[in-house]
Amino acid sequence: MTLLDTADPSAAAAAVVDAVLADLDGTHRGVVVDSPPGAGKSTLVVRATGHLAAAGERLMIVAQTNEQVDDLVERIAGEHPDLPLGRLSAAGYLAPDRVRRPSVRVAQKADDLADRAVVIATAAKWATLSEGSWPWAIVDEAYQMRSDMLLRIAGRFERALFVGDPGQLDPFSTVEMERWAGLAWDPTRSAVSVLLAHNPELPVHRLPVSWRLPASAAPVVSRAFYPFTGFRSGTGPGDRRLEFGEPGTGSAHDRALDEAARSGWALYELPARHTPRTDAAAVAATAALAARLLARGATARSEAGARPVGADRIAVGAAHRDQVTAIRAALGPLGSQITVDTANRLQGREYDVTVVLHPLSGRRDATAFHLESGRLCVLASRHRHACLVVARAGIAELLDAHPSADPVRLGEPVKFPDGWEANQSVLAHLAEHRVAADA
Amino acid sequence: MSVLSALARLEAVDAGRARPLATVRHCHLADAPLLMVPLRLAGEAAAPLAVLLGTDRADPALLVVPQPRNRDLRFAFAAELAKVVLEHVEASRGAAEPLGPGRDGEERVRYTGAPQILVPNGGGAAFLRLLGRSTRFRRTEGPHAVEAAVPALGRWLTWFAERRDRPGSSLLLALTDALRLHWATGQSALEDANLAALLGWIDPPAGLDGPAAAARAEDPLRCPPAGPATDPTFDNEVLAPAIAAWDASGGDPRAEARLRAALESQLVPTWDAAWHAVDLLRALPPGASVADRWERDRDAFTLFHAGFAEGVPQARRDSAVAAARRLHRLERAQEEYDARRAFDDPLVMAEYRLTGQAFAGTVAESDPTRLDESGKRPKLRPRVRIATPDPVRLEPGATVCSADRPALKGRIVESGAGDVLVELTGGLGRKLVPEPGAVPAEGDRVCFTSVVPGSFGPARFPESADTPWTHGGPPAEYVPTDSDAAEEWS
Repeated sequence: MTLLDTADPSAAAAAVVDAVLADLDGTHRGVVVDSPPGAGKSTLVVRATGHLAAAGERLMIVAQTNEQVDDLVERIAGEHPDLPLGRLSAAGYLAPDRVRRPSVRVAQKADDLADRAVVIATAAKWATLSEGSWPWAIVDEAYQMRSDMLLRIAGRFERALFVGDPGQLDPFSTVEMERWAGLAWDPTRSAVSVLLAHNPELPVHRLPVSWRLPASAAPVVSRAFYPFTGFRSGTGPGDRRLEFGEPGTGSAHDRALDEAARSGWALYELPARHTPRTDAAAVAATAALAARLLARGATARSEAGARPVGADRIAVGAAHRDQVTAIRAALGPLGSQITVDTANRLQGREYDVTVVLHPLSGRRDATAFHLESGRLCVLASRHRHACLVVARAGIAELLDAHPSADPVRLGEPVKFPDGWEANQSVLAHLAEHRVAADA
Repeated sequence: MSVLSALARLEAVDAGRARPLATVRHCHLADAPLLMVPLRLAGEAAAPLAVLLGTDRADPALLVVPQPRNRDLRFAFAAELAKVVLEHVEASRGAAEPLGPGRDGEERVRYTGAPQILVPNGGGAAFLRLLGRSTRFRRTEGPHAVEAAVPALGRWLTWFAERRDRPGSSLLLALTDALRLHWATGQSALEDANLAALLGWIDPPAGLDGPAAAARAEDPLRCPPAGPATDPTFDNEVLAPAIAAWDASGGDPRAEARLRAALESQLVPTWDAAWHAVDLLRALPPGASVADRWERDRDAFTLFHAGFAEGVPQARRDSAVAAARRLHRLERAQEEYDARRAFDDPLVMAEYRLTGQAFAGTVAESDPTRLDESGKRPKLRPRVRIATPDPVRLEPGATVCSADRPALKGRIVESGAGDVLVELTGGLGRKLVPEPGAVPAEGDRVCFTSVVPGSFGPARFPESADTPWTHGGPPAEYVPTDSDAAEEWS
């Protein structure tokens, strides 16, 4: 770690990107790049696209959601305006303005995009094709993709670059999956895990620097969710600051906001209680913190300069959709301006400040769903400046009462990090930034 | 656990009696199901000890392996069991109803019946799966040959067990699972796996309440375990000496009779309890979609039965493509089952109404002839405003369908406190005027939900021979060998 810590972060990151591009010119059938939150994954995809296109290769790009596809189209078209892009879409797709560019053609049939150097679509759309082959593919968010989806699209490409964040949410299924436990091609495992199980010789690179997470968050997230593959922040302590235009009134909400501005973290703790999922008090507190943050007129100072923290720079995250709807309702008119979403949908997005309703808040039990480390990892790694967590007291006791007791199956890779341990690690850190709710 | 089932459990504790979770029966019950109560030898993975089985509650057949460690005796037992199971399969299939020609022009048929196997609990079903696996690869010639019925039994049991993974299938039912689908007790899920205790909560004997009946069910002398595991005290004090005596006697029929009597005493209480469970389930009226799901079961049965002679492959492990296909089928079945169950049963729908995924109310305004003329061609897009007291948590744009008529589809336009505006998009007929009665009128009581069946269609998968390099390439061709039947535990 000493080398990592002392070397210039830009140089360290650039060295990895160069190594990835060099591997693309090699003979490997696939290349895997692990990227912690905000480590420049999209930038890498854009660079690799340019690199492969410059070498004259036709290229297909696979992303998981339409939103992700549109983001990529916008970024690639911005960086390489001369590259003819094809956006393959389902019927009924309305191209947003950011995709309508002279170099981009939107079509519903692959034949209409045959002359395009780069074709981008969701995995679900690629899976509807029964013919056609591309020499190269880039699979974005490959850890979010289930391996059965990779099976359906793998016939379309010869070689591929897989990019993704191993710490985020694992794919899941609604049905019993014990039948395939331990099989190398378990269809419910992530695409990368199955790919590497069958092709262990493929090179795996790791982006070493998170440009998004501040110096206050990178060590916490790295320790909890990437215990063996640590990363660091691109900025140092003090490089990112959050200031409020309006001083605090001394209320618990304001004290939590001040703590978050000072240290990058705050735990707003409500009294211990078992509650339904849409805990009215926790929902109200989450919404109130977001609203108060906006009302106090925060300014975020960073290496990119100073800018006001508007509603578009704030996100509120929760585990369940009903919680999201409840928080949105509690925000009133602000609900349509501030992003409120589940961990699944916040993956890959970035904000200045996030307010998170802890997945275990008020629960009686800790199920695998709530213990999944990826969920907490997504929620705790969306911010550039500060993260406020709202929770009922007693989560540590709840965790102690529910140690991971999943059966260990032969042939199944052990999952790291362990969700239970990751939760404890984050909680231990948050305890230092605790603000009790007003009685 | 949902809020509603948690409440039902609390009420059950309070009342000392199980509370209903359903108003209709969500599983199919055949007219003459084959009930099997299997027992396994303790310490062995799949060594059958005994089974009490039959379709007539007054006349069960008892099959016993006098020395379960003797593999020859095990497969002799399997051959006897096979006769009963195969007979049941043939007796249940009924006539073949013609369905007309399929897409390839061949005439298709579907049997009017299908065999149903009931076991007391999930452990029994898991044991049948293992028994199927240990018998279906056996050879009928060469060394250690078995009767031809043994591998046939293995193939049928494997088929039953695999079919059980499919949500909503009723071909192999564990009675504890079926009961738990319809009643909530005041005990834990682990305790609910005990058939006698579960029945004690649902229908306690005269003079007892649920907790007392459940406590009584835990006494192995009064209620021997429902299998496949046996009571350890019985194993030590009765079973072991009886088996030893049979061994020492060199197979004396009197020693075997004593062993049979001992095992029968362990099985009969569960046999009676299982029929009690069947009676309780039969008393419920079947849900509207149960017949549809049973039809899918009959389809699967017809297909497997037709291909049985030539041998439908049943690999021990799924290949990459087979696993992905199967997962896809199961996920579609799960979605269909969840949605249809809610449509059938207001008590199940209430769970979705509580979580805000569904709402019920009365139509306050209805505009049945509204046209959307923003596109090239006008489209019929009636709107209904529904007054509802439910805590609706559906975003504008969410797709919903009507619980009473799932073909009636719509989209949420706005949802505020106490009322929801829905734009109807499907199930209205083909003309620009809706079919009479298609659009709910003012004052109608309606229920809309975002839990819809068939939200994703069938998917395209590569052929097994085209398995891509990411999944290890095409699998090696299967060549049967004598070691196929070998298991680490056999």
